[in-house]
Amino acid sequence: MSDITLNAATAAPEAAPRTPPASQIGLLAWVRANLFSGWLSTLVTLALAYLILRWVVGFVEWGIINAVWSVPNSQTQACRDMKGIGACWAVVTEKHRFILFGTYPYEEHWRPALCILLFIGLYIVSAMRRFWRSGLAFLWAGVLAVIGVLMWGGVLGLPYVPQERWGGLVITLILATFGLAFAFPLAILVALGRRSKLPAIKAICVLYVELIRGVPLISLLFMASVMFPLFLPEGMNIDKLLRAQIAIILFAGAYLAEVVRGGLQALPKGQYEAADALGLNYWQKTGFIILPQALRLVIPPLVNTFIGFFKDTSLVLIIGIFDLLTAGKTAIIEPAWQGFGIEVYITVGAIYFVFCFAMSKYSQGLEAELNRHRRR
Amino acid sequence: MSETLEHVASAARTDAPPAIVLDKVNKWYGALHVLRDVSLNVALGERVVICGPSGSGKSTLIRCINRLETHQEGRILVNGIELSDDIKALDDIRREVGMVFQSFNLFPHLTILENCTLAPIWVRRMPKKEAEELAMEYLTRVRIPEQAKKYPGQLSGGQQQRVAIARALCMKPKIMLFDEPTSALDPEMIKEVLETIVSLAETGMTMICVTHEMGFARQVADRVVFMDRGEIVEMGTPTQVFETPQTDRLKLFLSQILRGH
Repeated sequence: MSDITLNAATAAPEAAPRTPPASQIGLLAWVRANLFSGWLSTLVTLALAYLILRWVVGFVEWGIINAVWSVPNSQTQACRDMKGIGACWAVVTEKHRFILFGTYPYEEHWRPALCILLFIGLYIVSAMRRFWRSGLAFLWAGVLAVIGVLMWGGVLGLPYVPQERWGGLVITLILATFGLAFAFPLAILVALGRRSKLPAIKAICVLYVELIRGVPLISLLFMASVMFPLFLPEGMNIDKLLRAQIAIILFAGAYLAEVVRGGLQALPKGQYEAADALGLNYWQKTGFIILPQALRLVIPPLVNTFIGFFKDTSLVLIIGIFDLLTAGKTAIIEPAWQGFGIEVYITVGAIYFVFCFAMSKYSQGLEAELNRHRRR
Repeated sequence: MSETLEHVASAARTDAPPAIVLDKVNKWYGALHVLRDVSLNVALGERVVICGPSGSGKSTLIRCINRLETHQEGRILVNGIELSDDIKALDDIRREVGMVFQSFNLFPHLTILENCTLAPIWVRRMPKKEAEELAMEYLTRVRIPEQAKKYPGQLSGGQQQRVAIARALCMKPKIMLFDEPTSALDPEMIKEVLETIVSLAETGMTMICVTHEMGFARQVADRVVFMDRGEIVEMGTPTQVFETPQTDRLKLFLSQILRGH
């Protein structure tokens, strides 16, 4: 054996590095290796290709070719004629304002629309690392305040709009953004508190997490909307949306705290010791050494929880708040539009998907970027 | 010739006020008695090497000096300040005591330069520019200034340990503690780290070093302390300890070490 290698080595002493054989690289090789590597794999590939093709063709026919895009004056006869053959996107065209803005006064729709744009702008700015500095916190405070003013009005010549009339996508974004913006710092404090050496702080944090985690979000929302007002003094009334918001913050906080704690526990003890030995105090150690590393470790489960809560905001429908999903559901209650649920749900689903997919994609990029130091 | 000079120097040093005083220190892990009545004075500028079999309490002892571990009985004074639950006193001590760990413990998410400047900026309140100049000075001294912008994960073990030494030195400590600084390294990297520590010893820094490197101990130590089962069994100059061991325990340890190498 060693003889052979020796001979081979002497035969071509300065062989230039060769590329792998053509049959091993490129698209063709990939297809052969992954789709047609044996008779079973070939069979499965062909069967799946047939099903996918049929489904895509069917969807294109229903959703695009035979679709009805608009109807005059809510005359849905054209849609009913095509039922089962073509989609009735007219329902979305007709009701899109209701789905996006709920029962907000029609002539004031520019206000929630602007709020949605502000939210999206805020997400985009926050996603860019070059803006990650203390000013960003002020930007958030400012934008959230502006959104509050825009939605409520009552100042600067904007007519007052009571919270009961808010609805649609803007409610979903408010609940999710405010919810996570407050739940995340809360979660970090609770996770740190659970590892505290002070027994009282530790006990409070453990109690909070276990109590909240042990209860379904729906029952928390019920408690917030029905029971909470009973404890308030006579005449004092906290906004229903705010109560739901607080319930969501507390719920998300407990879950996120456990995710963050996982990251804290994964850090080697040596990191804490090195920071101690250098004389850093608790908050310096936590802020510069522990959290930056712990949070990077838990980006995937963190984003998983974020995405989960973005969608969980739809549960507020049970206490009568009109979020995106509830608005969609309500849009098709009207007799003229009954029976066109699929089109509305596809649209609402697509809106949720865009936000969640963006979060997911962004987190993958962020993970790769922030863990660059692990690459050698 | 140089050896005689060194011994004269060490004799002079013992007159200086003690940098570290350990007085009948006791520590238990649960029921396990890991430090038993350990008493040791380290003079300013003195270089002490602690050796002993694994589990003998060497690391625990030096970790008690900057209170990474707490002792339960006895007193520890560092620069005349007693270690206690007083956080202010602890901050004062940690500021003056640098530590180098067996597993380096660099901060992997910060660059080499940031590793070195973090504590001077935040603990010593040094302006950033000044801290960076200081860090580059020490990185030059440990001979890796060109790696300043890299992350710890991109460096070899020996380079990482030299960064760890530079990081501790950037706090301008009066005392340096080394907890088995070469145990996690490949043989060829041990040499570069030991050379760095030797050159540091030549500056007159007070040092306590836990190590199994006997050659190193002979070269730099003013005093060698042999520990076994949580107590100090013998101590003296390297020549006394290595050439004329008095106890069976030390004889056994030395024979094992020599066989191992």
